[in-house]
Amino acid sequence: MGLLSRKVTCNSHGQDSSYFLGWLEYEKNPYDEVKNPRGIIQMGLAENQLSFDLLESWLDKNPDVAGFKRDGQSIFKELALFQDYHGFPAFKKALLDFMAEIRGNKVTFDPNRIVLTAGATSANETLMFCLAEQGDAFLLPTPYYPGFDRDLRWRTGVEIVPIKCTSSNRFKITASALEDAYQRAQRKNLRVKGVLVTNPSNPLGTTMTREELDLLVNFITDKEIHLISDEIYSGTVFSSPAFVSIMEVFKDQNLEKTEIWERVHIVYSLSKDLGLPGFRVGAIYSNDPIVVAAATKMSSFGLVSSQTQYLLSAMLSDKKFTKEYIAKNHKRLRKRRSMLVAGLEKAGIDCLESNAGLFCWVDMRHLLSSDTFEAEMELWKRIVYDVKLNISPGSSCHCTEPGWFRVCFANMSEDTLKLAMQRLKSFVGSITGNDRSHQELKNSRRKFSSKWVFRLSFQSFHDREQDER
Amino acid sequence: MVAMSKIATGNGHGENSPYFDGWKAYETNPFHPTDRPDGVIQMGLAENQLCFNFIKKWVVKHPEASLCSAQGVNKFKETALFQDYHGMPEFRQSVAKFMGKVRGDRVKFDPDRIVMSGGATGAHEMVAFCLADPGEAFLVPTPYYPGFDRDLRWRTGVELVPVVCESSNDFKITTNALETAYEKAKEANLRVKGLLITNPSNPLGTILDRETLKGIIEFINEKNIHLIGDEIYAATVFMEPEFVSISEILEEVECNRDLIHIVYSLSKDMGFPGFRVGIVYSYNDAVVSCARKMSSFGLVSTQTQHLIASMLSDDDFVDNFIMESKERLFRRHKYFTWSLSQVGIGSLKSNAGLFIWMDLRKLLKEKTFEAEMDLWQVIINEVKLNVSPGSSFHCNEPGWFRVCFANMDDQTMEVALLRIRTFMLEHNKAMVPRKLCSRSSLKLSFSRRQDDFMSQSIMSPHSPLPQSPLVQART
Repeated sequence: MGLLSRKVTCNSHGQDSSYFLGWLEYEKNPYDEVKNPRGIIQMGLAENQLSFDLLESWLDKNPDVAGFKRDGQSIFKELALFQDYHGFPAFKKALLDFMAEIRGNKVTFDPNRIVLTAGATSANETLMFCLAEQGDAFLLPTPYYPGFDRDLRWRTGVEIVPIKCTSSNRFKITASALEDAYQRAQRKNLRVKGVLVTNPSNPLGTTMTREELDLLVNFITDKEIHLISDEIYSGTVFSSPAFVSIMEVFKDQNLEKTEIWERVHIVYSLSKDLGLPGFRVGAIYSNDPIVVAAATKMSSFGLVSSQTQYLLSAMLSDKKFTKEYIAKNHKRLRKRRSMLVAGLEKAGIDCLESNAGLFCWVDMRHLLSSDTFEAEMELWKRIVYDVKLNISPGSSCHCTEPGWFRVCFANMSEDTLKLAMQRLKSFVGSITGNDRSHQELKNSRRKFSSKWVFRLSFQSFHDREQDER
Repeated sequence: MVAMSKIATGNGHGENSPYFDGWKAYETNPFHPTDRPDGVIQMGLAENQLCFNFIKKWVVKHPEASLCSAQGVNKFKETALFQDYHGMPEFRQSVAKFMGKVRGDRVKFDPDRIVMSGGATGAHEMVAFCLADPGEAFLVPTPYYPGFDRDLRWRTGVELVPVVCESSNDFKITTNALETAYEKAKEANLRVKGLLITNPSNPLGTILDRETLKGIIEFINEKNIHLIGDEIYAATVFMEPEFVSISEILEEVECNRDLIHIVYSLSKDMGFPGFRVGIVYSYNDAVVSCARKMSSFGLVSTQTQHLIASMLSDDDFVDNFIMESKERLFRRHKYFTWSLSQVGIGSLKSNAGLFIWMDLRKLLKEKTFEAEMDLWQVIINEVKLNVSPGSSFHCNEPGWFRVCFANMDDQTMEVALLRIRTFMLEHNKAMVPRKLCSRSSLKLSFSRRQDDFMSQSIMSPHSPLPQSPLVQART
């Protein structure tokens, strides 16, 4: 047509990715225990559905909030009119207290440095608009959340250059990977403006180690660039090691009053930690007052509904509630993960050791017909259409190695999870039991795989053989 | 130190405009009837505060509209989890129905064309991202809402070219003005992608008549450019003539529907700016599809979608609300404009909006924007009213001010009117000695100006002066 912008016709919205295609397939045939028991089970959506009863019981005990009241007085008008992009002071305070609590109160946040946004989606895009020009680049460790391709690049024109992490060291960030990414960006004539990490990681479900965090601090100091730490899963760290926020590292290294400090920005949201994605509550926390000022003005394009700010300021100010919620939520997530891992094991499938998030990073390399992304797609399609599980292929997360999949565990009932695992087990049984060429391929792969992977797949192969018999 | 983006460090956010300076003055010294009776009265904020008691009654009667209540909590989980950018179906359906009712049910809106955005602010930016690339331009009739400079241009890189409208014909949008603007853009090597109209108009408070709308449709079809109709004040049309929406005209004339897009919101019609309910309604499928994906950056909180869906699907409430709101706006507008005319202040004849376009050209020391700024400083600092100067709306003629009337209670309105009255009287008194010393050529204009004001206010039973200041001055 030529009459619409290039943004309409290009693919940077990223929706043609398999990540989203899987969702579409799910929507056409969604599993329902009663109405559609043979439908597709959604395991590609990182939602936390485990703790709603805690939220609902809080609501039950706090009727004022329901009636738009404060101390018995109606504040409906006040809320309806409140459009100040500085946000509800009580809400900002409560949110920051919650964030501090999640970090074991080892850090304190300044309410003058927080900007409220319509979800982390908006926060990430806004930071790009503030920190980079069209054509500049941010470095991101792979694998990363597929939505970043849209959120960081689409309307901003900013590029993403991957920091390639591999299974050889459990996908940890290394100094050489950082440097390699930087050089690649330079060769493409891209000016690198910063690094964006997700900690805890999506899709890995792991928290960053102190070593990695120190590496990052050194790297951004050396290159004089920004660091964005997307910490939206910080409240889902359900087992050790404990979460270490970038804020803590700076505090421990006494870098808080330095110029580097001003280049660190945190993204937060209540979509994962409180399970409220529909309410669109995101935030940017920046140590640079100019970023705060600019982002605050930009937040006009996506403010948080005052109705929602009010509800959550009441809820998060209830410290008894937040303490209980965090503890119980962790417990439930931990248990759920164990269920998934056990189920995968029964199917002879291993996953990356993880201590956070709403998903596992699952290793299905041994199920590939060849060590290629085509084979990964082939396997993925079978899992979606035949096994009827929507899981997310590693390629959609820009993983450099084929065969990894993100599988969510907190967005369904226990029974549904069990069913999913049964389906998977049957599927694995069917392809490894009957397919000779598949077995031959696996035999040849054994020679090339690294030691620990070899041991794992060999082990599971053995188990399967025994099961078959 | 690594730089931030030009967008972040530049002035594209538009907040250095006098439109916002007045707000700052208000914020440092806001009026309060008992705590701060000498504070600045806010008349620069186009809010609709007249119907809250009406709405509150409904909220109290319908606890299920709140997800947090015992009656509504059964929907809490599914609503809190719902982040589908298509929006809740009930929300879209109820908003589509409301939009239809506001237009007297003369048109029907398709819920599947409703796309959410972060308020109208987010809607405008989103539409600009969809329709234009950086460096391209939209035509916008002046005077226009100052926020457009930010919303349409800041992060998008799109330019705005004014379609200059004149007071000589009540600021109507003429085909001539459109053509002139289009040519100007061409001369500046700007590719025009669309025309943005606000109907009812902010700041004028007027609506576009059928002929003008048809002329506009013809113009955009001929140039093959988009038409964005910002109709966020549609339900504030409180008097004849009846509002005519673009959506209605589409049924009456030949038009390429792929060029038509409407921006809507509940911030003005319902008085809910805090809830951030913005809507993009496009007749172009590709735009709907793209905008929907972009809406991820500014979805409406599902907690709010739920409330709005409940409220707007209550037909009785909606019908009564629309009527009641119009009635209250009509009364407020009538009283305000009449009171102003009593002290010799005129305004553009209007039948919509939450403000009037006040004519203070006669009070300018000279016909310049500097004089307008001087007058405005006086109004803020001495009269203590925050009103918005016409220059911040890109008006081509100095002396016009937008004054909001629906964002305060009756008592505050009376205080504001009293201050205006006092100012007008003092102003006329003060005018006399200065002008008598001036050159003869100015004497003429002085006496003419005096005639405009003096007879009215001195004759008025409310005037505190025993006799004409003119008499005083001569002696």
